[in-house]
Amino acid sequence: MSSVFTLLLARETRLLFRRPAELANPLVFFAIVIALFPLAVGPETQLLQTISPGLVWVAALLAVLLSLDGLFRSDFEDGSLEQWVVSPHPLALLVLAKVLAHWAFSGLALVLLAPLLGLMLGLPIGTIPVLLISLLLGTPILSLLGAVGAALTVGLKRGGLLLALLILPLYIPVLILGSGALQAALQGLPAVGHLLWLASLTALAVTLTPFAIAAGLKISVGE
Amino acid sequence: MNFSSFADFIAMGNHGVYVWTSYGISLAVLILNVVLPVLARRRYLQDEARRLRREESK
Amino acid sequence: MNWTWFHKLGSPKWFYEISGRWLPWLAWAAVLLVSVGVIWGLAFAPEDYQQGNSFRIIYIHVPAAFLAQSIYVMLALAGVVGLVWKMKLADVALQQAAPIGAWMTFIALLTGAVWGKPTWGAWWVWDARLTSMLILLFLYFGIIALGQAISNRDSASKACAVLAIVGVVNIPIIKYSVEWWNTLHQPATFKVTEKPAMPVEMWLPLLVMVIGFYCFFTVVLLMRMRLEVLRRESRASWVKNEVKALVGNNS
Repeated sequence: MSSVFTLLLARETRLLFRRPAELANPLVFFAIVIALFPLAVGPETQLLQTISPGLVWVAALLAVLLSLDGLFRSDFEDGSLEQWVVSPHPLALLVLAKVLAHWAFSGLALVLLAPLLGLMLGLPIGTIPVLLISLLLGTPILSLLGAVGAALTVGLKRGGLLLALLILPLYIPVLILGSGALQAALQGLPAVGHLLWLASLTALAVTLTPFAIAAGLKISVGE
Repeated sequence: MNFSSFADFIAMGNHGVYVWTSYGISLAVLILNVVLPVLARRRYLQDEARRLRREESK
Repeated sequence: MNWTWFHKLGSPKWFYEISGRWLPWLAWAAVLLVSVGVIWGLAFAPEDYQQGNSFRIIYIHVPAAFLAQSIYVMLALAGVVGLVWKMKLADVALQQAAPIGAWMTFIALLTGAVWGKPTWGAWWVWDARLTSMLILLFLYFGIIALGQAISNRDSASKACAVLAIVGVVNIPIIKYSVEWWNTLHQPATFKVTEKPAMPVEMWLPLLVMVIGFYCFFTVVLLMRMRLEVLRRESRASWVKNEVKALVGNNS
């Protein structure tokens, strides 16, 4: 069972490294969105600092969403998804490996890029650990929930916008908790409560969403 | 009766605009929700009637 | 326990017959309850000591909000029934209830906004309850959009069922996080519907309205479902006979 998991992880990693541009696109998008805001609202450090928690989180949320649009597409087109559905291994486990591999490269890269952009927005150094931890806990939830939407829309011609419509409302708790943690840190308050809540949501998402993703894929493949 | 006159009832103590717009729009939405399925049913039956007639004349 | 009634529920023909018998009664109940509730609430209920007459909006705002939330739960339940027992009628119910739920959410939002103007002095306040309602509206839009985007009827209803179940698991999380966000960002605002003790003359018409709205929802849902059953089962002989009879009456 676990060997299938690691095999799949290795396969996904190889596939992702063959198309580095696809990995880089969400990151560039993330950076551009954040760069747009000082241009839109003005360069005052004070103002940017106040809005930066929300800004970083909204940008991260959109970047993850964008990267998820194609999550299952190539597997759907070349028929690997059908193989997965009929394989003797539980589909939920397979999709968990797939989403984790995806997160390990796109989500993790986002987390690593975030402190740099945070500093550009004027976040004090002391808040950077909270930013890192909150993104580290939050982005897996974003990937997993988004994968549910990606699984449901994979067979559709123009699923991208629909995916955003389905999934963005479900992202709201993560957005509130993540930016709340950062805001608390910015005001010098303890952010542990927010982070613990985020962690429990992560645990919930890791245990429950694979089943929903598997159900969604079965429906999309069966069509 | 909580109001002394009909004019009082309409005015709702300066809040008439808010009360009556919300009741009016809500009523319109409720009616819309009933009318749409009724119209859809009628259209469907008309289509079916036309189809049946065509099949009979064949 | 005898489960035959449950399996009977799965039969479109049985549903069509029984719902046809209930529909007039439910429709009269809905009309009666809503009109009694509206007149009672508008003309006879005493005015609120703080908000004056603008509080009368409660008699549509609260029933619509109740209904909007319970319809979403109903969607998820129908989704579970459809996925687990492969009951076709559950799929029909899911797809037909979603637009009604969206309309009810719209009424709740609109009346909430109109009510906010005299109470808070602004059309829109990012109040926890209104914000959750707005998110609920987006969730409804998602289900409706997904149902329309998938052309295959079977997979469309299954996909909507999965989405509704995921949504219903998320709703409490969303609700609590929004409430929490609200308490963090705003000083405690004046709560509109949470009063320590609402006098009987105030809540009794509200109760009538809530029941009336539920009846109304059932009526509209049954009407929509009956039409959809006729469409989906158009090959079955009982549907052909029924349509012929209905067409004969019309022309």
